[in-house]
Amino acid sequence: MAILEVKDLKVHFPIAGGILGRTVGYVKAVDGVTFSINEGETIGLVGESGSGKSTIGKSILGLTHITSGQILYNGQDITRQVRKNRSPYRKSVQMIFQDVYSSLNPRKRVLDIIAEPLRNFEKFTKAEERKRVDELLSIVGLSPDNASKYPFEFSGGQRQRIGVARAIALKPKLIVCDEPVSALDLSVQAQVLNHLKDIQKELGIAYLFISHDLGVVRHMCENLVIMHNARFVEAGTREDIYNNATHIYTQRLIAAIPDIDPRKRIAHAEYRKGINENYEANRDKFYRDGYQVYDLKPISPTHSVAIP
Amino acid sequence: MTQEYLLQVRNLRTSFRIAGTYHAAVDGVNLDVSKNEVLALVGESGCGKSAMALSLTRLHNMNYTSIEGEIFFNGNDLLSMTLPELNKVRGGRIGMIFQDSLTAMNPLSRVGAQIEEVLTYHTQLSMSEKKERALELLNKVGIFNPALTYNQFPHELSGGMRQRAMIATAIACSPDLIIADEPTTALDVTIQAQILDLLDDLRMNTGGSMILITHDLGVVADIADRVAVMYAGQIVEIATVYDLFENPLHPYTRSLMHSMPSALSEEARLHTIQGIVPSLQNLPRTGCRFAERIPWHPATMHEAEPTYHEVTPGHFVLCNCYKTFNLGGA
Repeated sequence: MAILEVKDLKVHFPIAGGILGRTVGYVKAVDGVTFSINEGETIGLVGESGSGKSTIGKSILGLTHITSGQILYNGQDITRQVRKNRSPYRKSVQMIFQDVYSSLNPRKRVLDIIAEPLRNFEKFTKAEERKRVDELLSIVGLSPDNASKYPFEFSGGQRQRIGVARAIALKPKLIVCDEPVSALDLSVQAQVLNHLKDIQKELGIAYLFISHDLGVVRHMCENLVIMHNARFVEAGTREDIYNNATHIYTQRLIAAIPDIDPRKRIAHAEYRKGINENYEANRDKFYRDGYQVYDLKPISPTHSVAIP
Repeated sequence: MTQEYLLQVRNLRTSFRIAGTYHAAVDGVNLDVSKNEVLALVGESGCGKSAMALSLTRLHNMNYTSIEGEIFFNGNDLLSMTLPELNKVRGGRIGMIFQDSLTAMNPLSRVGAQIEEVLTYHTQLSMSEKKERALELLNKVGIFNPALTYNQFPHELSGGMRQRAMIATAIACSPDLIIADEPTTALDVTIQAQILDLLDDLRMNTGGSMILITHDLGVVADIADRVAVMYAGQIVEIATVYDLFENPLHPYTRSLMHSMPSALSEEARLHTIQGIVPSLQNLPRTGCRFAERIPWHPATMHEAEPTYHEVTPGHFVLCNCYKTFNLGGA
């Protein structure tokens, strides 16, 4: 069952201009997207920088103003409540951030960082709170002794695990992961990804996994959506997207991933060149007026593409 | 010997002063770069890749850095050169491309002026010739409208465009060697592909060599001829790109390859490396430096004084431990 449904979401930011600072136009960061997330599932949201993927994440969490559209949680319209502090919805949707250096308060101890959501929503005694924090630390593979340390004492990967512990403190149903491993080294990235997978299995949390790294997304997500110019260009299962990309933009994105086998490098470069030429030649067929993405149309039960 | 290679690095040690004592971030590196070769330096952050690249042109702050060893470039030792001599090489014979083009370029100066600045220092061209050359370079790196970009400031360009402009500055004097420090890390994957194609084209056309620093193994497989894997200030494995990807030997190389998400089947767990890259002060200076991160591997398998083993011609591995190492032992 879908725990979160987003219907025709639009987020437009006003552009102030002229000497009076009047609104002279809008930046359409998100322009009509519809999707749903099922319980315990991971949806990958992929796109280049500036495509609007982070804005979607922020609107789900109520961190940005929504221009129009609906957000349904467990079938109930909570569009108006999203921005209300202490609403039960805020308790069940959490976030993991990209920048592990700015997302943890440098003046707070790990104990206080992880306990902050607990203090907002639960009425724990000191001892109960400490017990829960220790529990959370061990879930993400850190020893409970770390609770009294400050963030600067940890490496990037450990910091991100503290971020994960904070996100799962209130047993949420959905976590928005905005580029959670983009700033991390390969081996550390692997640790965090493994932890995210284990936690999902244990606690049944759904993830909205926002990333531009197609390798990571392929590893993490069964279903993904590709975003371009503020709209979805293609949605489908992992197999649909990686083996049967239909939209010209998705094809280009997949072709841009370097092949890990150096012996295939020339063949891959040729292939990529062909895809790029095709993209330049046929771009107009896939975009209205040169940039506007069409509405998604299903081409199989799981796979839909933005074509006219 | 010195004639065959463009660059020869001999026993390079770069140390930084921390609280009064010097700690080596690059610890005894030997490296040769042939003409027209792309050598990739791979490793995680803190392994000494960038410290080493900056040492090649002595771009470190020498107030708290000591660089020892020898770096022969076209037969001349860069480390014993005087500053005016070195300045002829920097930007002229050796071009550099950095990761963050926004901070690497001067925000107050137009793109055209920044390219011309290089030409002013290294050539005798007249004003109009310099402008002509700058426009030609912008065109060469695939900038759509060179005349417009010539008069723009760095902040007016997108990330990919800025990276191209920086590459134009780096290749302005047709250098023999380009040092590219994470040139595509900050870019989207489609732009990354374009920049890699551009770098490859440039190499084919101008015949220069390149040292490419990256942590992205996909990029390495795409463009490098030879790969050096660095860990804790040392090169732990060096081989041709084919040998390295088909037959990675050193435990660190193998661990890295297995922690890459795309290399494995989709559902498998990723391999993780225990612990973290040790900080400079805590670097183990004796024995195999990777030993503490593979504790299940018996200590007797490591050498006390690790040496390089040539497995196949040109494929060197540091320390004996690769012979018996088992990745799944964790």
